[in-house]
Amino acid sequence: MTVNRRTFLQGTAVTAAAGMLSSTAFADDPINVASIHDLSGGLDIYGKPMVDAMTLAIEEANAAGGLLGRPLKLINYDTQSNMQLYTQFAQQAALKDKVAVVHGGITSASREVIRPVLDKFKTLYFYNTQYEGGVCDRNQFDTGVTPAQTVEKLVPYAMKKWGKKVYVIAADYNYGQITSQWVKKYVIENGGEVPAIDFFPLDVTNFGPTISKIQAAKPDFVWSALVGGAHISFYRQWAAAGMRKSIPMASTTFAVGNEHIVLSPDECNGMLICYNYFQDLKNPVNEKFVASFLKRFGADYPNITELAMGTYQGFQLWAEAVKKAGSTDRLKVIEALETGISIEAPSGKVTIDPPTHHCVLDVHIAEVADKKLKVLEDFAQQKPADTAAVCDLIKNPTDNQQYVIKI
Amino acid sequence: MDLVALLTIQVLYAIASLALISVGLAIIFGMMRVINLAHGEFLMLGGYAAIVATNHGTSIWIAMLVVAPIVVGLIGVIVERTIIRFLYGRMIDTMLATWGLSLFLVGLTTAIFGNTTVGISAPLGSFQIGAYRTSVYTLFVIAVAVVVLAAIFALMRWTRLGLIARGTMQNANMAAALGVNPSRVYAITFGVGAALSGLAGAVLAPVSGVFPTIGVAYVAKSFITVIGGGAAILSGTVSASALFGTINQIATFVTTPVFGEVTLLAAAIVLIRLLPQGITGRFFRRGL
Repeated sequence: MTVNRRTFLQGTAVTAAAGMLSSTAFADDPINVASIHDLSGGLDIYGKPMVDAMTLAIEEANAAGGLLGRPLKLINYDTQSNMQLYTQFAQQAALKDKVAVVHGGITSASREVIRPVLDKFKTLYFYNTQYEGGVCDRNQFDTGVTPAQTVEKLVPYAMKKWGKKVYVIAADYNYGQITSQWVKKYVIENGGEVPAIDFFPLDVTNFGPTISKIQAAKPDFVWSALVGGAHISFYRQWAAAGMRKSIPMASTTFAVGNEHIVLSPDECNGMLICYNYFQDLKNPVNEKFVASFLKRFGADYPNITELAMGTYQGFQLWAEAVKKAGSTDRLKVIEALETGISIEAPSGKVTIDPPTHHCVLDVHIAEVADKKLKVLEDFAQQKPADTAAVCDLIKNPTDNQQYVIKI
Repeated sequence: MDLVALLTIQVLYAIASLALISVGLAIIFGMMRVINLAHGEFLMLGGYAAIVATNHGTSIWIAMLVVAPIVVGLIGVIVERTIIRFLYGRMIDTMLATWGLSLFLVGLTTAIFGNTTVGISAPLGSFQIGAYRTSVYTLFVIAVAVVVLAAIFALMRWTRLGLIARGTMQNANMAAALGVNPSRVYAITFGVGAALSGLAGAVLAPVSGVFPTIGVAYVAKSFITVIGGGAAILSGTVSASALFGTINQIATFVTTPVFGEVTLLAAAIVLIRLLPQGITGRFFRRGL
């Protein structure tokens, strides 16, 4: 089909008219909320708990009377760990289902696939995963922790405990590439050294040569930013080679996909991690949340993950902003969020940082202990300093890029 | 010196695991000219069979070495009887059918076991080579590969069954004229190929873990090995595994895992360009 000026104008006129029609919503019309997550394929270990948390959040909101007197309708799109489906479903959510907000994206790769789509079709986007930081986009809010909030804390903690020589292994895509640079930066700042950084495609399952290489480098500990189901075999092979007892490990990704439950205690005990949320956090909001989560999804639910909590909190922040704005209009909601909206969440107080659209929140260092995550140290109200160093959406609202750390 | 010893073990392990994951495919492809795109899923099913049996109290050795091959072998026979036997000689159709089968098996295992990685810890512990440590299980995988290849050689070379199988594959009509039932030979051969895949999947399960889509990680490498090896099943598999395993492992150690994979694929392309019939198209032509 060729597009000339006339057909183009006809097409856009129809779209515009349709847009006007749908914006005059009736009071009882549900507000559509999109959840775009991998519910199958290699990344579903992350996606399933996120969708469960989203389901619970929406059900709670509807039980409390919905938003602005309208019920909420959750539309789930299963991207099947397939990047092409992210584009397709993001378009469908924005154009066909006309959702008020999209929550979703798991890997940084998938985020960078849907971000431009949602920018283009002016649909508000919440990315709720802990990630490498640096995204600066007025249409997007990031409720997950970034390296300045976690790596910055965990590096000195682990170096004090184990030593100064750190071998880094990471997944081979933007998340692993950038996060490993942050690890290197903080290790060097703390007077340590990084002999090597090794990257692995997501489907690698044989880590034999790398384990030999690590032994040859003799580090004091290993830092893992491995991602997904296939990479779990690294921890197995590491333990099978008898290395777990001689070289300890810290990670920015471990336990996010419940690896600590999949593996035996003998394969991962003692590993150090640092996140915003742990199921065992002691505060009244969390105790109430965990009780209703387990009631909804069964008492044998393995573990409420960091990403599930990110999603739950992302939804609450959005809902709070909609109430404040009195509308689901994208710009009004963004402006409401940019007042620095704050919620009392199960992980503690979570506040939107207006210039970066990231969050100020609590983080905790924990240790893997017999299929549980034992919290060792708390750090209250951490700012997204990494993104803040490069991004100010109040001064430059049209900025739209992901800043990458340079060392 | 210690490092050289450790690296040698790693290289042998890479060769052994390539040979293990490829030999079932080599039998099915080499003897029957069936391109089995569900090969990766046979490996995956072997892994699940071993893990389920182990979790139900079977000894891990019996689960891996007995239960998994029997289960997957039976599945292979069923698949041959219900799907493949109608498609002999129609290569494209078999590819389509086995691809569909592969999707079906992935869906089925996802429905039953969920899409999370399951696994069992590798038994046997670790041992010391000078300043380095590695797992004893690595040696076990190498031993299994050697035993499997030796058994196939013995079966094909010295037993009546092997003779009949080879005869049928060379000329089914002539074999039938001599009183052999080719249809039964095909079913048995396919079953044996599947059983070997099941065994390989089970033996590698403690190393890599198992999830429904793990077949994808195996299937490309198996095909490259089989095509690189060429017509002779055993000598082809062994020589191609030795070549690709060594290249991959050394490149991985010297550079990065990404580059290791690239080197393996590049080597495969160069090999196929120079030897379109595979290694055994030129060397070891009289091998099995």
